[in-house]
Amino acid sequence: MTNYLIKRILMLFPLLLGITLITFTVIHLAPGEPVEMQTAMSPKVSAQARARLREFYGLDKPLHVQYGMWLSNLAHLDFGRSFAPDNRPVLDKIKERIPITISLNVIALILEFGLALPIGILAAVHRDTLLDRAISVFVFAGFAVPTFWLALLCMYFFGVKLNWLPISGIHSLGSDALPTLARFWDLAKHLLLPISIATFGSLAGLSRYMRSTMLEVLSQDYITTARAKGVKERVVIYRHALKNALLPVITLLGFSLPALIGGSVIFETIFSIPGMGQLFYQGVMARDYPLVMGILVIGAGLTLVGNLLADLCYAFADPRIRHGRG
Amino acid sequence: MTFSRCLPLLLALLVFAGCAKGAPEDKARAQGGAASRGSSFVTGSIGEPSNLIPILSADSASSDVAGLVYNGLVRYDKNLKLEGDLAQSWEVSPDGLGITFHLRRGVKWHDGHDFTSRDVLYTYKVTIDPKTPTAYAEDFKQVQTAEAVDTYTFKVRYAKPFAPALASWGMPVLPAHLLEGKDITKSPLSRKPVGTGPYIFKEWVPGQRLILEANPHYYEGAPHLSPYVYRIIPDNSTMYMELKAGGIDMMGLSPVQYQRQTGSREFLSRFNKYRYPASAYTYLGYNLRLPMFQDVRVRRALTCAINKEEIIQGVLLGMGQIAHGPYKPGTWAWKPKIEADPGYDPARAAALLKEAGYVMGSDGILVKDGKPLSFTIMTNQGNDQRLKCAQIIQRRLKRVGIDVKIRVMEWASFLTNFIDKGRFEAVLLGWTISQDPDLYDVWHSSKTGPKELNFIGYKNPDLDRLIVEGRGTFDMGKRRESYYRIQEILAQDQPYTFLYVPDALPVVASRIKGIEPAPAGISYNLIKWYVEQ
Repeated sequence: MTNYLIKRILMLFPLLLGITLITFTVIHLAPGEPVEMQTAMSPKVSAQARARLREFYGLDKPLHVQYGMWLSNLAHLDFGRSFAPDNRPVLDKIKERIPITISLNVIALILEFGLALPIGILAAVHRDTLLDRAISVFVFAGFAVPTFWLALLCMYFFGVKLNWLPISGIHSLGSDALPTLARFWDLAKHLLLPISIATFGSLAGLSRYMRSTMLEVLSQDYITTARAKGVKERVVIYRHALKNALLPVITLLGFSLPALIGGSVIFETIFSIPGMGQLFYQGVMARDYPLVMGILVIGAGLTLVGNLLADLCYAFADPRIRHGRG
Repeated sequence: MTFSRCLPLLLALLVFAGCAKGAPEDKARAQGGAASRGSSFVTGSIGEPSNLIPILSADSASSDVAGLVYNGLVRYDKNLKLEGDLAQSWEVSPDGLGITFHLRRGVKWHDGHDFTSRDVLYTYKVTIDPKTPTAYAEDFKQVQTAEAVDTYTFKVRYAKPFAPALASWGMPVLPAHLLEGKDITKSPLSRKPVGTGPYIFKEWVPGQRLILEANPHYYEGAPHLSPYVYRIIPDNSTMYMELKAGGIDMMGLSPVQYQRQTGSREFLSRFNKYRYPASAYTYLGYNLRLPMFQDVRVRRALTCAINKEEIIQGVLLGMGQIAHGPYKPGTWAWKPKIEADPGYDPARAAALLKEAGYVMGSDGILVKDGKPLSFTIMTNQGNDQRLKCAQIIQRRLKRVGIDVKIRVMEWASFLTNFIDKGRFEAVLLGWTISQDPDLYDVWHSSKTGPKELNFIGYKNPDLDRLIVEGRGTFDMGKRRESYYRIQEILAQDQPYTFLYVPDALPVVASRIKGIEPAPAGISYNLIKWYVEQ
């Protein structure tokens, strides 16, 4: 097991390096430079001013030199400074945004798994009944309805019409002055709509997945045997079938790890949530190379770690994998 | 936990949330009652400011906030005429080369330091410093010498008379005592500005809001509304719902919102809507390097074939006016009646095209020397109004036998691959209209190079001469004469088909009083706005 672990961890480094090289090349292939995006179509900007800005950002150097510089900074865990006019350290910008994105996504993920798994099991156990069909309609509605439309609809209904919930942002003005509990409640109210909608939108995929793995397990011989032996249906489902049906879900959890910091552009824009999705989108549109690279590297790192964890869990559960006989 | 157990929990949460309707300040705002002084004012912005040291940023959100925190030496008054701001007065030397500013005394920076000519000199020097990554050095580079004559006198001299010079001193003045000798790009002032303006910076929560507070020592008197909250709401629909729910007091409406969604009695009792020409115009520009567009008759025919009024009705729902040239209607450089301007006249368009040698082909498209009269209009992605406008033009031009295709592209790709390389036939774009009527950068023939703004390649020696004459004198009468003539030439030549000047459509909560719409818009007297007891 230790050898397997070391091998897998060592493999991460060349993989990460390859990812950075590809991303660096790809973002530089996109037309337009940060300086262009800041100064284009402005009568106030001369060619000299542009040249000065390019020099300031180091864009006048050849691409491989820029990559080398970026890489050597990264070796010291320095993600560089943003090319936006604020010129702030990339890490500072990410640090500002990451807590809210992670909190939101973790809560949404817990709710998503917490709801989707029982829904999937329920649908599988009551396969082809009215309940199964009703569940299908419900989860597919969430899947089919565009998130932004649903979000706007809920904002209008709960925010404008009923005036129950705040429409956007994550804090009310002046919430700093409130006592801790009231502040927490204020935050919770702001997050209720975004989280509910995010969860509703992603229920379909996971619950359908859970339903099909559950059905697969339920059709196995040992389940038939258990039933034939007269084991209670409840025990068959929750003790024998569920454990095995949950195994593939581990993989999905592993994949969800990078999504925790990814954020969603549309979602964060509609609810004015200052998260990573928004930051990344702004970075791409402004061709803010260090910022985009910074976010991508962290994302790639987490993807790799997520995959590693999923594999380790599998290896732990199935000895054939860790001994290379899978 | 099963789904059936989770659902009630979710519903319970929703209901519980419903018990506490809105935040306390929302309730206060919705009820409308508040004291005259110390009433908060919340405005929404699509974008977040990038840097609050004004010479280091170029986005409108940054300049909106910086405009409240800093002052320039001069500013535009409500009638768009220059008046003193930090400069009490100024005089231009008889040869038109020197300007002497007499600074206002007793003005203090927000940290209590006195404002003096040293600050103005520093601002000038740091702006032209090659190490400063700024986009605003050009106007200041025309300065030959600059000196702080004494504590309250600042003098500049130019190599040749330069009329836009005066307006260029409207640039925010920076605090020398906090910045001198330091690297401006790493200054904390970019996040926590210290100015002389009506509002003092208080707090910036990234991605959420900026809070400013009234400056009790402001030289014109403290603003009534405080705190001034600048909320960042990146989506227009969300901002509109925040407005309706009482979360913000002011925003700019879209034509649809203005015309169709804000007419109810309930809305009008809570908000006042305003409408005046925005400082911008939209145009259809032709690549004059292409043989097809070199014939002035073709360009005039194109303008004759386009129904601008129809575009305004269709795209702006009537919320705009026809543009005949590059100036905002009602401003001093704008010529009310231009003889040479071709109006909508499809018959005349057909006649002009016939005169230019085009004959109708069997497929209904005009042909000359075997080549059909066909071109592509390019415009940028994300601007629905421009796309609709292009579609209306396409339909109109089809009627006179011109085949038009439309191509919409992402902004960066549009600029880099097409505009900069001259690889376009016609573009549908817009310009903002600056307060000073100087047209040098967009219309002078020396500005037709790569990455320059006369990218359509328009060259006219008469226009060049008039542009240089116009910027070379401080005499407003003479300048107006030049600009009137320029508008005649542009109307005659039609290098662009000037389409429309849209209306600005701000809406403000009716609890806010003291708003007096003027040619400059509504925000010029923001410090006088108040809330009635």
